[in-house]
Amino acid sequence: MQAKSTILSLPTEELVHPGTRACTGCGLSIAYRVGLKALGRDTILVVPPSCLTVLQGLFPVASTKLPCLNVTFASTAAAAAGILATLKAQGNEHTTVAGWAGDGGTSDIGLQALSGAAERGDNFIYFCYDNEGYMNTGVQRSGTTPIGAITANTPFKGKLQQKKDVPAIMAAHHLSYVAACSAAYPLDLYDKIKNCLALPGTKYFHIHIPCPPGWGYDPRYGIKIGRLAVETGYYDLYEIVNGEFKLTAASEKLIEKRKLVPVREYFRAQSRFRTLTEAQIGDIQKTIDEKWAGYYKKDE
Amino acid sequence: MHIIENGNAAAALGVKLCRASVIAAYPITPQTPLTEKLSEYVESGEMKAEYIPVESEHSALAVCIAASSAGARTFTATSANGLLYMHEQVQWASGARLPMVMCVVNRAVGAPWNVWNDQQDSISQRDTGWIQIYCADHQQIIDTVIKAYWLAEQVSIPVMVCYDGYILSHTFMPFDLPDQEQVDSFLPPFQPDYFLNPQDPANLNTVTLPDVRMDVRGELAHGYMEIRCLLQEDLRKALQTAAEAEKRFAGIFNRGADPYIEPYRCDDAEHVAVGLGSITYQMRVCVDQLRTEGIKIGVMGVRYYRPFPDEAIAAALKGKKGVIVVEKALSYGYEGALMSDLKSALYEHLAGTGSLPVVQNFIAGIGGREIRTDDLTQTLRAAAKGRVSKEPVWIGLRL
Repeated sequence: MQAKSTILSLPTEELVHPGTRACTGCGLSIAYRVGLKALGRDTILVVPPSCLTVLQGLFPVASTKLPCLNVTFASTAAAAAGILATLKAQGNEHTTVAGWAGDGGTSDIGLQALSGAAERGDNFIYFCYDNEGYMNTGVQRSGTTPIGAITANTPFKGKLQQKKDVPAIMAAHHLSYVAACSAAYPLDLYDKIKNCLALPGTKYFHIHIPCPPGWGYDPRYGIKIGRLAVETGYYDLYEIVNGEFKLTAASEKLIEKRKLVPVREYFRAQSRFRTLTEAQIGDIQKTIDEKWAGYYKKDE
Repeated sequence: MHIIENGNAAAALGVKLCRASVIAAYPITPQTPLTEKLSEYVESGEMKAEYIPVESEHSALAVCIAASSAGARTFTATSANGLLYMHEQVQWASGARLPMVMCVVNRAVGAPWNVWNDQQDSISQRDTGWIQIYCADHQQIIDTVIKAYWLAEQVSIPVMVCYDGYILSHTFMPFDLPDQEQVDSFLPPFQPDYFLNPQDPANLNTVTLPDVRMDVRGELAHGYMEIRCLLQEDLRKALQTAAEAEKRFAGIFNRGADPYIEPYRCDDAEHVAVGLGSITYQMRVCVDQLRTEGIKIGVMGVRYYRPFPDEAIAAALKGKKGVIVVEKALSYGYEGALMSDLKSALYEHLAGTGSLPVVQNFIAGIGGREIRTDDLTQTLRAAAKGRVSKEPVWIGLRL
């Protein structure tokens, strides 16, 4: 394990040009910028249609300084496998291949190809940036939209079903590395990428991405809301290295504190949860407390 | 060297000789023996390539699209619903101008389920911007695979090599196996102008606007429409390149013919039966029989279906009394797709010349229904006498 990075120790070279087409306050801008710094110049990217397609710009202008293949919605992981196979055939063992897909492109339409690549053990890093909905098409529900969230196609009652636990699905593929990160904790993301680069097979990253237009908050509060998700114990930062689960960064610190911020604060900061009743929030709080009781127990 | 093998093996041998470096495939009958053969070549070390056993056809083409974008010579093969499942990727591959080769081992599409041969699968992909070539025997399969790679890489357009499931894929036939040195001299290593490369990064297939747009150097870059128009123009020009491929191939391998069509006893014929693939060789038997009865009839196989060799077809059919198009697929709601395309070519080149033939359409062998040579002969005999029907007529139908 390397020493923890600080904002001053990050590489100064930017691989994403400033002035992208992302929305103001977009959490993805942070995660992508820092993520590419960790991946470095010798990387080939694969991107399906998503907010990132827009962030990257319109032909013939591109905001990313790395080679990038835009592919069909369902095929991110399979395309990564194709690039890897080519690099292998060319005798290139140094270039990193990384897929960056949204939560719809991962948990819904892209899950089959991702599962296939993970089962084959294709040696690449897959990033799911999870803004919890089809934000690029106008905020529709996805497999990872949380229960209670109002979206364009769950307009009155909010989503009735639980968020799909994609990192757990990926962990069930016996991967060498699975990580849950957040755009609000970019250094944790950076260090995790650095930690997994040398590991074999498919590496999976799930990144929680606050989204001002999709979640309904003032763009300046993105980091605050991303942190609230972690401080309330609602969304946890962790890594699973060769099957070994470990909370990291702010989530790890919560173990010592033994105190979570009430999840109500997270919900009340976003308009998408406006129809959640106190009773519903109470139920969710109970689930969170039970989850954390498990974490505390493991720690004892 | 002459060998006796099945059609799938002929395709696999062709791919091996072409030194494809990335192969991805998902099993579907009747394609499986072809891709199994390739996995054998790769696993035994006989072929230096990466073989990716993907979890779907959609991913098979995703692997090939990405590998081709990264500079590899790629291969995949499929049939029927596998091809339909790929459809989005089929369009993507041609839009991205990737010179890949895919074999389609023709099979009927569901519903209802049917694993036998017809050509509805590849015909349904007619408008995807791929070059589409139909084979009538095993020699054509292996030769076409080799020519297809050269052609694809010349014009940066993917090629579908189509051959009938079972009738060709699973039957054994003698054919000449080209020497590796000869194939190497015909087909140089794949060197794309651009490939995914961290030393020279570019963003491929980005969102492209309806209109042209200035790049950072102040030059106008294509809009979506320009890019799509160039695909159409280059596809049409590919007819010329196909002729070059045929000439080059003949120069090295001492065999070859008209690249677009394959006429048999057509010179003095009053009627010409037209089709795609193995049925055209079956119709040669019918034609030989009808010739003994004094019916002046020939048969013409159409090898290139896209780009459509309209000029060659119209020239070959000029002055004929009747054209009988026999197809193993149709555009539901109208008629056979080849029928419509052929009529359009005749109209374009012969309208007003007074030599427009009467064109009739027959549908045969759907879902593997046996096409009895006697029935086919009787069909051609009746069609040569006069127009049987305005609508397509199904041969051997028992409604």
